[in-house]
Amino acid sequence: MNVVVCVKQIPDPANPGRLDPEAKTLVRQGKLILDDSDAYGVEMALQLVDAAGGGEVTLVSMAPHNEVSGLRTALAMGASKALLVSDDQLQGADALTTAKVLAAAIRRTDPDLVLAATESTDGYTGTTPVQVAELLGLPSVTFAKRIECDGSTVRVERQTEAGFDEVECPLPAVVTVTAGVVEPRYPSFKGIMAAKSKSVEQLTVADLGLDGSLRVGQEVTDVAAAQERQAGEIVQDEGNAHDRIIQLLDRLKVI
Amino acid sequence: MTFDNVWVLAEAPEAKPTSFTYELLTKARQMGSTVEAVTWGADVDAYAADLGRFGATRVRSAGDLGDALPGVPVAAAMAAAIQGGDRPDAILFPQSYDGRDIAGRLSARLDLGVLTNLVDLSDDGTSEHAIFGGSTIVRARFTGDPPYLFLVRPKSFAALEGGGASPEVVALPVPDTGPLNAAVIKQRHVEARSGPKLDEAPVVVAGGRGLGEASNFELIEELARLLRGAPGASRAIVDAGWVPYAYQVGQTGKTVKPTVYIACGISGATQHMVGMKGAKHIIAINKDREAPIFSIADLGVVGDVHRVLPRLIEALKSRS
Repeated sequence: MNVVVCVKQIPDPANPGRLDPEAKTLVRQGKLILDDSDAYGVEMALQLVDAAGGGEVTLVSMAPHNEVSGLRTALAMGASKALLVSDDQLQGADALTTAKVLAAAIRRTDPDLVLAATESTDGYTGTTPVQVAELLGLPSVTFAKRIECDGSTVRVERQTEAGFDEVECPLPAVVTVTAGVVEPRYPSFKGIMAAKSKSVEQLTVADLGLDGSLRVGQEVTDVAAAQERQAGEIVQDEGNAHDRIIQLLDRLKVI
Repeated sequence: MTFDNVWVLAEAPEAKPTSFTYELLTKARQMGSTVEAVTWGADVDAYAADLGRFGATRVRSAGDLGDALPGVPVAAAMAAAIQGGDRPDAILFPQSYDGRDIAGRLSARLDLGVLTNLVDLSDDGTSEHAIFGGSTIVRARFTGDPPYLFLVRPKSFAALEGGGASPEVVALPVPDTGPLNAAVIKQRHVEARSGPKLDEAPVVVAGGRGLGEASNFELIEELARLLRGAPGASRAIVDAGWVPYAYQVGQTGKTVKPTVYIACGISGATQHMVGMKGAKHIIAINKDREAPIFSIADLGVVGDVHRVLPRLIEALKSRS
């Protein structure tokens, strides 16, 4: 069984960079890292391939400046190889443009299953995976909190407003996973060493045959700091802090 | 930018429109001169009048979808109508499970961009998006031709009645989508919870990793019960399996705007804050003085939830 995992390399959320109000962009510093929410898809893919008795996990990613540090993390977990699309003309790409690029890259492989996170940690548009599915002509199941596969069908527990649905879908298909789906492994030392020699195929928009077909129909007009809530009073509990809470609830007429 | 005809994706599980749907209809009414609702289900006639009360003058129904997930058939039906000449200027989608699927599918099908995670939309068509847990606002706008697709976060707009007569219900035919629509719901599970609904309760008491272990969530439930509120949870303890997903507050869970939000043992990851920073008043209890949650709390208690919560519960019981 061959599984493609869409992964995003993002600025470290602990150090997301600063705003440049002039350029209306985020000034990002430092290396990109593997989006935490993608580790679940990588782990799920490795387990499904294992359970199927063989196959490959291929990473597909789009990032500026041929950035590979996040991909190496996923390769160190055990993925076989990666396709990376990097092109100056993709700067400021919206979700649909990203989906077109990812779909074109995925077409170069022949996956039984495409996995992605429900949304990225930095942009969280949450639409890219279904846009990829539509462009590839595949069915999709989003918000998986459990996945089983028998070679021709994927069975998913999909989160819903009320609880969850058991959904069955023939392969090939696109499935998005939540952080609850599996516990990702940490890369081993051996995995980290092996990852260094694994193939990362670098592709441009032209390589994908998408030259001239990408146009972004939206623009950012402004980036600004939100009006922050002010921190109120902070008290150290000395055994009677609950009285302060009750006073406040009383004043707010909640009790 | 003026919007003439605005469509709203109207979700109505169990034949009752969600409050989210009413928020979007209210906004659509302020934006455009004509508001139409797009919906699906076996009982559309039973709730069409409710959609009318909030401003829909026409309801387009994709009908009973059976065991299909709504994403593919509803998007395909909307795309067919739009390609057939019924072009709205804007479509408002709820940023919900199915809302995201439908908007994403429609976007790719019609080669139209989509702006997501909206928290506001001004008259000139400029949208506002909160990123980094709400600390940063990005404004954006479409530059191409309509229809413009907007995915809106819950509780971004008030829900106010203001419609007229019952709307006409017209069919929104679903074209054959072949293998795209092959996913089938085999069984639906409802995870029951008692008390007021999490996203409508005036008081929310939420627990996080600081509770230490799953059994301590009982403290959260008891405090919520005493305050006639709803219990909620951070993503960490939902992922750990302590409580069902329906309790989750945050970017991927519920967005809540209660009068009082009490965060117990929650550090305040951006993922969580984006779902609760709209609360009128925030009380936080956490051992770590440096926890980000204290930066937005009206009252922050630096202390152990295992000590503070039992005393708070006892004190409330002795008052009643």
